[in-house]
This record gives sequence, structure tokens and C-alpha cells, in this order.
Amino acid sequence: MSPGESGTLPVRIEQDVVVARQTVRKLAQDCGMRLIDMTKLVTAVSELARNTVVYGGDGDMDWHVLKEVGRLGLRLTFRDTGPGIPDLKLAMTDGWTSGNGMGLGLTGAKRLVDDFVLESSPGEGTRVVITRWV
Amino acid sequence: MERIPILQMGQFLLVTIQVDMHDQLALTLQEDLAERINATSARGVLIDISALDIVDSFIGRMIGTISGLSRVMDAETVVVGLQPAVAITLVELGLTLPGVSTALNVERGMKLLRERVTT
Repeated sequence: MSPGESGTLPVRIEQDVVVARQTVRKLAQDCGMRLIDMTKLVTAVSELARNTVVYGGDGDMDWHVLKEVGRLGLRLTFRDTGPGIPDLKLAMTDGWTSGNGMGLGLTGAKRLVDDFVLESSPGEGTRVVITRWV
Repeated sequence: MERIPILQMGQFLLVTIQVDMHDQLALTLQEDLAERINATSARGVLIDISALDIVDSFIGRMIGTISGLSRVMDAETVVVGLQPAVAITLVELGLTLPGVSTALNVERGMKLLRERVTT
């Protein structure tokens, strides 16, 4: 595991969510992440990857190993070409859901990582970038 | 089709989740349990999740649903074996599993079920 390493996985069907979780767990282990931080990151990945499969379409997850002033981190980007999110503020409200979920996916994932960026254009797709430092 | 086994022990059903579940597997378990409670007249369900590395909102919802549906079918559900890191993450995620009974391990979970069913 070395800084600068990166890769991409498809996030298109349910089984891809499991593979995304397993891939990130392995990367986090290789970076020396503590169990609790790894658990939070993998849970966030599960929420975001599921969103990508359910609401997105044609989605992917990019992973990058980061290094900054001697510490390692993982940055994950979930991107899709789905319908996008018309109201980002509403989407980031606890308990709000456009589907039949609990409305904790986006807001919950945000609480579980160090950095969270959500970008979306209606009709073009959605991008969520999360970072967790070791 | 892939399925999570449900074991019967007297008047209780035991489920040990040992695989990294995809969503459909969780939904199948929910349906299978409802059918087994009905077929066996089970009074309690013990779900061991000690092998789960994470519990996300989907699995959390499944646990809540199983607990609710077993209650309306006159059975109690106890969830056991939540790992400390999983418990911390779950609460931070915003899920506290309201209405779900939990116990630290299988032994305590079985004790809890026996107490509930006999009184």
C-alpha cells in the first residue's frame, strides 16, 4: 500500500456494494487504520454504494490512497450518471428519503467520515467524495 | 438461492449471520423468519450478529422489521453479539434500534428469551 495508489470499481448491482465494502476494508487495513475508524468508513461506504446502485445508475467508486504530513488517508468517490438530487439541502436532512429507506444514508455517512462533499446536477448525476484519515 | 439458515431449538428459532449480507439476502431472511415463526409456533427468535463487521441502515432496518413482525406473531426477538466498534458506528449513524431487545451474547440472550416466554 503506497500513497498515490488508486483504482476504480463498478457500483451497479447489489453484489457490488458487498465488493465495495470488502475492497475498502482491505485498503483501510493496509493503511493501518484502527478497527473503529475502519468500521465507520466501511459503514459509510455501504450507505453511499447502496445509494449509487438504487438511485444512481451506471455508477463507479474510485479509491485513492492519500498521504499528507506523514499520515495516510483514503479518499473514495462515488459517482453516477443518474437523475441527480434536485434539492441538496433537503437530501442532507436526517430522516428525509426520496425512496423507502430511513433517510440516514447521506447524513449518517457524513457523520462517519472526516470529510464529505456532495455534488449533484439534476439530469447529469451525483458525486459524493469522502475522506477518512488514519 | 442463497439463504441464511434458521435453526429450531425447542420453542425458539436461532439465526447466526455469518456472511457479508447483500440486501436481497437480508430481505429473504425477513420473509423466511416470518414463515418459520408461523410454521413452528416459535415463541422467540435469537439473532446472533457477532460475525458482522458492520451494521448499516439497511441491516438496522431489517433487524427492526424482524423484531416488529415477530412481536405481532407472538414471538420475542433478541439480537446478540453486537461488536463494540459496530455499536459505536451504529449510534453515530443515527440508529439506536428502538424497540429491539439486545443482549451481550448468546447465553444471555437465551436467558432473556426464556424469562420473557415463561412469564
